[in-house]
Amino acid sequence: MRQQARFINIGERTNVTGSARFKKLILKGDYETALDVARQQVENGAQIIDINMDEAMLDSKAAMVRYLSLLASEPDISRVPIMVDSSKWEVIEAALKCIQGKAVVNSISLKEGEVPFLQQARLLRRYGAAVVVMAFDEKGQADTRARKVEICQRAYTILTEQVGFPPQDIIFDPNIFAVATGIEEHNNYAVDFIEATRDIKRLCPYAKISGGVSNVSFSFRGNDAVREAIHSVFLYHAIAAGMDMGIVNAGQLTVYDDIPELLRERVEDVILNRRSDATERLLDIAAQFKGDGSVAEKVDDAWRSLPVGKRLEHALVKGITDFIDIDTEEARQQAEKPLHVIEGPLMDGMNVVGDLFGEGKMFLPQVVKSARVMKKAVAYLQPFIEQEKEGGQAQGKVLLATVKGDVHDIGKNIVGVVLQCNNFEVIDLGVMVSCAEILRVAKERNVDVIGLSGLITPSLDEMVHVAKEMTRLGFTVPLLIGGATTSKAHTAVKIAPHYQHGVVYVPNASRSVSVVQSLISADNKPDYLARISEEYRIAVEQHHRSRPGEKMLSLAEARANRFPLDLGRVATAPKHPGVHYWQDVDLQVLRDYIDWTPFFLTWQLSGKYPSILNHPEVGIEARKVFKDANDLLDLMISQQQIAGKAAFGFFPANSDGDDIIVYTDDSRQTERCRLYGLRQQLALRNNAPNCCLSDFIAPVGSGVADYVGAFAVSTGFGADEFAAEFAKAHDDYNSIMVKALADRLAEALAEYLHMKVRREYWGYAATEQLDNEQLIRELYQGIRPAPGYPACPEHTEKGTLFQLLDVEAKIGMQLTESYAMWPGAAVSGWYFAHPDSKYFAVSKIDPAQVADYAARKGWDLATAESWLAPNIR
Amino acid sequence: MSTARLSPAAFRAQLQHRIFILDGAMGTMIQQQQLDEAGYRGQEFADWPTDLKGNNDLLVLSQPELIADIHRQYLLAGADIIETNTFNATTIAMADYQMEHLSARINQQAAVLARQVCDEVTALNPAKPRYVAGVLGPTNRTASISPDVNDPGFRNVSFDELVAAYTESTHALIAGGADIIMLETIFDTLNAKAAAFAVLQVFEELGFALPVMISGTITDASGRTLSGQTTEAFYHSLAHVEPVSFGLNCALGPDLLRPYVETLSGISEAYVSVHPNAGLPNEFGEYDLGAEEMAAEIADWARQGFLNIVGGCCGTTPEHIKAMSEAVKDALPRQPRAADHSFHLAGLEAFSVEW
Repeated sequence: MRQQARFINIGERTNVTGSARFKKLILKGDYETALDVARQQVENGAQIIDINMDEAMLDSKAAMVRYLSLLASEPDISRVPIMVDSSKWEVIEAALKCIQGKAVVNSISLKEGEVPFLQQARLLRRYGAAVVVMAFDEKGQADTRARKVEICQRAYTILTEQVGFPPQDIIFDPNIFAVATGIEEHNNYAVDFIEATRDIKRLCPYAKISGGVSNVSFSFRGNDAVREAIHSVFLYHAIAAGMDMGIVNAGQLTVYDDIPELLRERVEDVILNRRSDATERLLDIAAQFKGDGSVAEKVDDAWRSLPVGKRLEHALVKGITDFIDIDTEEARQQAEKPLHVIEGPLMDGMNVVGDLFGEGKMFLPQVVKSARVMKKAVAYLQPFIEQEKEGGQAQGKVLLATVKGDVHDIGKNIVGVVLQCNNFEVIDLGVMVSCAEILRVAKERNVDVIGLSGLITPSLDEMVHVAKEMTRLGFTVPLLIGGATTSKAHTAVKIAPHYQHGVVYVPNASRSVSVVQSLISADNKPDYLARISEEYRIAVEQHHRSRPGEKMLSLAEARANRFPLDLGRVATAPKHPGVHYWQDVDLQVLRDYIDWTPFFLTWQLSGKYPSILNHPEVGIEARKVFKDANDLLDLMISQQQIAGKAAFGFFPANSDGDDIIVYTDDSRQTERCRLYGLRQQLALRNNAPNCCLSDFIAPVGSGVADYVGAFAVSTGFGADEFAAEFAKAHDDYNSIMVKALADRLAEALAEYLHMKVRREYWGYAATEQLDNEQLIRELYQGIRPAPGYPACPEHTEKGTLFQLLDVEAKIGMQLTESYAMWPGAAVSGWYFAHPDSKYFAVSKIDPAQVADYAARKGWDLATAESWLAPNIR
Repeated sequence: MSTARLSPAAFRAQLQHRIFILDGAMGTMIQQQQLDEAGYRGQEFADWPTDLKGNNDLLVLSQPELIADIHRQYLLAGADIIETNTFNATTIAMADYQMEHLSARINQQAAVLARQVCDEVTALNPAKPRYVAGVLGPTNRTASISPDVNDPGFRNVSFDELVAAYTESTHALIAGGADIIMLETIFDTLNAKAAAFAVLQVFEELGFALPVMISGTITDASGRTLSGQTTEAFYHSLAHVEPVSFGLNCALGPDLLRPYVETLSGISEAYVSVHPNAGLPNEFGEYDLGAEEMAAEIADWARQGFLNIVGGCCGTTPEHIKAMSEAVKDALPRQPRAADHSFHLAGLEAFSVEW
């Protein structure tokens, strides 16, 4: 309707008095489906939803509270304001106590006089709601133009002068009554409403006019085509007179201009009361338009009747693969060349996806599903394109690799998918790729950008190495840095100085597109790089002057301030000493021990599990990805696609300064090996102890027989192969999912094993009873720090751990040259049982400790400096 | 002792002339004292049956000097307004310590303490009067989010329970001498609406109104409150309270908070207050942003005309307040947006028809 631009649609279907279907759902208690009714209205364009539970068979107040509370957890519905519709004050008040937004109350009136009206209006103000006032007073409901205007004006004066109600928050409902009823007095009802609207708007500045539109066509119930025409015509004239909003079925409004002329004219005669036989004349022709003229509520497969380009767009946005081959084929037949399908409709669709993602209206899991659809479509077209021997015209070529020594690739794979979605050609070299290989391929394929990823700290050095090599070999393409341990500061301070043609840190996958785009555009690149280099210059400055208050102790001072161990509370000797192996862990058991919060972070959905499932913004996506994860887990476990293994053991040990001596046996005569610790050197608040892990083990010479434990677990056996199967089927979504789940299971296995160790194998906490939440919060005795992490940041100690447990021979886990574990879904660490042992971060150490550490390990200084680089001040 | 009650109109008049300084963090200042269980208990609660360590609000009874000293440090650093140590003092939050019945006493005593220190410092320089903002915290429950994943319709606190708790706290804060009532760290607007309902009811009962300050919390970079509202929706949902100031605090440091401060500054017909954290907590849960860095950002906000009242939340110290106070002392205060007759409603997002 031409003049509806400013008209506010209020959804009417969530009303038990107006919708038989909604009433049935509520009476049945099927609130789930009843919420869909609200959702549909919002999708169909309702800007406010009217909710009414006034039904004799119902506890209206309880139903209202229940419905609103559930609705609050549905962000796609509750993003719009609510109109609380009831004739019972207690229902209205109960509803307002459940609504966090600013709602509209529909309605109050002067029916019972001024006293209750004033009291209710004051309370509404205190609840912070706008109000609909019905044109109803002590004498009854207003039907004529004069009565409508009189009552509304009276209410307006009371509200603005006595209550201080803001006039713009007052909405009048001057009563829409049915016309064409056959009763002569009713013929002017629509005109009365329209004219009253004009008067009220003039006499009551800023107040608004609303009404229940479907009343007007009541006499034509059963003939939806005519009813809709009546609504459209009525609104056309009422809006012109100043009507601001109306309760309508937003999915069911015909456009005024689209009404067949004959029908429109006769309806107009009725609405405007232009002739005395208007009703008869409309009845005469009504039958012609009978039939189910209603626009059916949008059904799910309506999109199948769209033109093929729109169908492809819909499939991409919604991630539907069911029809992709048929639709792609149809598009191919219409296109001049198969490649045009990619460059045309498919890219258009992906641009829509890109925009929605950019605006925060789509979330990462959805985008990855879109990519799956895209890949399937491209795969379908590939043979046709080959036939025509054409090359793709991608935006640019990006090489991605996880650097040498590192096996982690979930984040890198996500970046790859997101870039492909945006029409970049991605050359993914996989994991553990040597610098030489990266640069060879980069040259050979003439790539535009090189992206490096890594998760463990030694990868940072490898990235520095790649940057230096690029300079030496005369590269000029920009270098991107990403991965969990990378940071802007490290990139700026350690990597960027070694390569002059652009080194850019990319904090997450969604940023990768804009970064690569800026780098590929010849116009933007110089400015962009200049901006980055300025940013990094500042980052470097900040780094150098950061933490001025941070004081460093000398190694001797730090050692003197060691953690004082209570020797009286050293844990009991292990019940089952020696080394143990689990060759085939029951993965089903591990499911209960999964910490899901990091899983959602992998998908860039941030929030704590389980509350993230109800998060207003990302809850829906979180629930979807959670369901997909569990479905896939079912499959992985039932088909035994992956296997979990563990090695663990306990060893007689005593500490010697910062070392832990592991003995060959309980006689404690012969050293088997030493675990080399690092000690905190930063001065801590309140002179808190400067810890080293050795502090948690009874010292040699104390006469106390102490023990240290070690473990290595993985649930990644088979994961790479299973993920590759999905990748081959162009299903990156499930490919990434497999690895993310394997990671979670490995963490769960480490958690589960630690519990078994505490309760049974070592048995120092035989009676512990903790639920998963408490386990995640580490509310147990003892710790399991992992080499390469803050309490023992030096990675080569993993070598000692693997030897102690004979890990490689017994369960097949391996260490790379950078001491990353293979398979990637793995956890290893030490067990400390003392009740006072705690996690800490070694953080910065000084050159003296580096030299001391080198001497203890029998390394030259350069080796020590390289392995300890991230910690050297 | 200040004699005249601060009226909303009088407070607004003062805010026209300069940027007011609010105090900084209480919780992280208390943490630095490293009180042990016995420290929290003091004499009176030595035999209390539950653990009391962490019950910061109780310290107004068990360690009044410690709290008074923090207030004093902030006032001497330049704060015009100090907040009572009552963030968790409602009966609802106190239930964790089985201390519901002490709620009123704690609220009143907290106001008395702050009042005394304020009067003491005002006496040093009567030209710069200092004010007590009686704090109503968010409680530890949410009225519009279910704590049970399996039943999204479930709630562990009702609007009426919240109104009852806030009514008691408000009465006590006013009895203890609060000049201002401040609803802060609002992460669920429905809780805040209940608090506002209580406050407006108490004002009606008493026959006078104090200035109200409202401050919400944008929990992360999504730009929404915990209960899912945008800054605009949050503002319009509470505009009926006609507070003297609307603002944002906690959760984020000034860098991440900036876009939302700018949004609020653009729409608010009230004065705008901000008290950000000293950055985001680092991996040890400590706040790193230094006083000078924070003041530099705040100075820029003041230059942009975003600010009327500024202070600090978690991790800030008297040093931060001093630096901020210096940084904005010559800046012009923001002029509130002129009232118009635009129509606003809100769900999780705002719905507005401009007039």
